[in-house]
Amino acid sequence: MSVWDDLVGQEEAISRFRTAASDSRALAHSWLITGPPGSGRSNLAYAFASALLCRSGGCGECPDCRQVAARTHPDLSALATERVIISIDEVRALVTTAQFGPRVAKYRVVVIEDADRMVERTSNVLLKALEEPPEGTIWILCAPSEADLLPTIRSRVRSVRLTVPSINDVANLIVGRTGVAYEVAERAARHAQSHVGMATRLCTNDLAAARRDETVRRALSVKNVRDAVFVAARLLEIATEDAKALTEEKDALEVEETRRAFGLAVEDSIPAGMRATFRSLEEQQKRRETRSLRDGLDRILVDLSSVFRDVLLLQLGVRDGIINVEYLSDLEPFAAALTARTALDVTDAIMTARHRIAGNVSPVLALEAMMIVSTPRVAA
Amino acid sequence: MASTTPRSSSARGAAKAKSVIPTLGWDAATVAPVVLVTGSEGFLADRVSASLRDQLRAVDPNVEVHDIDATDYAYGTLMSLASPSLFGEPRLIRASNVEKCNDEFLEDALAYIEATDSDTTLVLRHAGGVRGKRLLDQIRAGVGGGIEIACAEIKSDADKHDFSVAEFRRSGRSITPGAVRALVSAFSSSASELANACAQLMADAEGDIDERVVEQYYGGRVETTAFKVADFAVSGRRGDALVALRHALDSGADPVPIVATFASKLRLMVKVWGDRRSAQELAGLVGAAPWQIDRARRDLQSGWDEPGLRRAILSIAEADANVKGASRDPVYSIEHMIEVVANFGRD
Repeated sequence: MSVWDDLVGQEEAISRFRTAASDSRALAHSWLITGPPGSGRSNLAYAFASALLCRSGGCGECPDCRQVAARTHPDLSALATERVIISIDEVRALVTTAQFGPRVAKYRVVVIEDADRMVERTSNVLLKALEEPPEGTIWILCAPSEADLLPTIRSRVRSVRLTVPSINDVANLIVGRTGVAYEVAERAARHAQSHVGMATRLCTNDLAAARRDETVRRALSVKNVRDAVFVAARLLEIATEDAKALTEEKDALEVEETRRAFGLAVEDSIPAGMRATFRSLEEQQKRRETRSLRDGLDRILVDLSSVFRDVLLLQLGVRDGIINVEYLSDLEPFAAALTARTALDVTDAIMTARHRIAGNVSPVLALEAMMIVSTPRVAA
Repeated sequence: MASTTPRSSSARGAAKAKSVIPTLGWDAATVAPVVLVTGSEGFLADRVSASLRDQLRAVDPNVEVHDIDATDYAYGTLMSLASPSLFGEPRLIRASNVEKCNDEFLEDALAYIEATDSDTTLVLRHAGGVRGKRLLDQIRAGVGGGIEIACAEIKSDADKHDFSVAEFRRSGRSITPGAVRALVSAFSSSASELANACAQLMADAEGDIDERVVEQYYGGRVETTAFKVADFAVSGRRGDALVALRHALDSGADPVPIVATFASKLRLMVKVWGDRRSAQELAGLVGAAPWQIDRARRDLQSGWDEPGLRRAILSIAEADANVKGASRDPVYSIEHMIEVVANFGRD
């Protein structure tokens, strides 16, 4: 067993990192891993970190490897965010720790999981540290694409691109991890468009699968402007439910832990002096909720873009590689009622909606405008 | 004489039934050992407290005035301020924020009204709410020989109309009905602004005040809301909508909520489009009150069709992105949106 085993379809990237970990001449001091969501960017980053920090090159079993897996290794600093952006203070703190020498291993490894979530000002803090880190410090940044980072950052890192793993690879991985039937895993991998995390969730969480099912069916049921507005409202509800399912439990647990840390029983009211702490906790949770809702909407938009991609394929007479094969009986009449131009317009509208939601446009309005684009029908 | 007090809210009816002390209008305030000033119209309460001070000064110019804040009150303050002084000057103690008072204040005030000082006038300003209810109940039950002055909110246009007429009559001036209407529509958001405008007119203009004078001083100023802009636009009144937009922006409206108002209006219109069920049945489904549904239906009849609704919503979504930073000129984006909406979404 080794730390590289859990990654699918990234043989080329893995072989580059293995060489770098074993041969110090091939080891750059700053790396950037890019690839589509769910292709395993951060997993690969931590696997590389393990390989650098482990005495036997990433065995996956020694205390070093287990500490990396738990993010507690003394020579590993990791930065990920559950909010919309990474704050400048977090990055400054990271830059400071990056100046220290390693304590137990040969290297100090610094990982930023969501490097695309830094605004320009925050990215600039990194420039000096990325260009000339002290001997033994290795930076690993992860982002969906190189274009998400400033040119000044791009020119300071060695870039490794990941590929989209094949549906078959993802399905086999899920079968190995969770033990579900291959057909179930294959359908989930196809619906998640090879996003490993999403596919696993679709297999193991019935509610998540039901939400996707409803999203697709609702989108295909839209016939006029009125339907579009109602469906948009429902889609927002689905995204909110999805986001809540992920954050609510965590929120309650955090509040409970903070109360325990202050020695407050469940029925005690919070004394005035401690309220500030709870308020800042609430604020943090609120930010996480915003991010979570945006992620939920993003999942819906990705699902919808797969639907309209299928519609376009059917209109062009291509029947291979349809993602939503299960919905073919709904897709075919829908494709017949739309012109190919409208289907393309909707694909554009989905991208516009994504941009708008990121730009703080009211989500329901962005979704309405998107669904409405699909309403013009060819005359029967 | 017209006054706002006869309209005071029926919500306090139950409390009033128990009250044995006189309840006066704000313009009839008189000095009493304890004066309870209730109601949410802050500027009327300020007038009451100024008028009490003037009345006391008229009797004895040496009156001592003390202002205390009931939220950070310390034990004993009330007693030490109310205790007789060497030369026996009368004292006026004005306690503000009684609706948010701390426990110390409540205790001291309850003790004080049991044994009031004959030279002291205590004014308690209570803006509403349940805090300090025990104190209010005691005073209303006649403890301390107090009076209550109700300063009910001046809310409806009719209230404002009556209020401004009374303002002019009080100072012996006359104003024409048309001029009152113009004044009220120019200052529709805040009663204190309306009062200041009345005072300004009385000070500056001579003789009778008519529409011409109001026009001269406050010409063209109309306070308007995002809802009015949207109402004009969806019924196809493009010019009125653009004028209302400018008025709304000038009197403090922000572009973002204006677009949100358009969005919610169009959303409701689309939701009731082509649905023949009664407004009551639809209310739960579309999440709006029956009167809003009837209104949306009336709006739809002024010339809307389905492609028009589609284009209108697309243009509102674009405007929302624009006012939130996607374009440099938010006002132009709104004007463009109004053009599309007021033309029923046609080119």
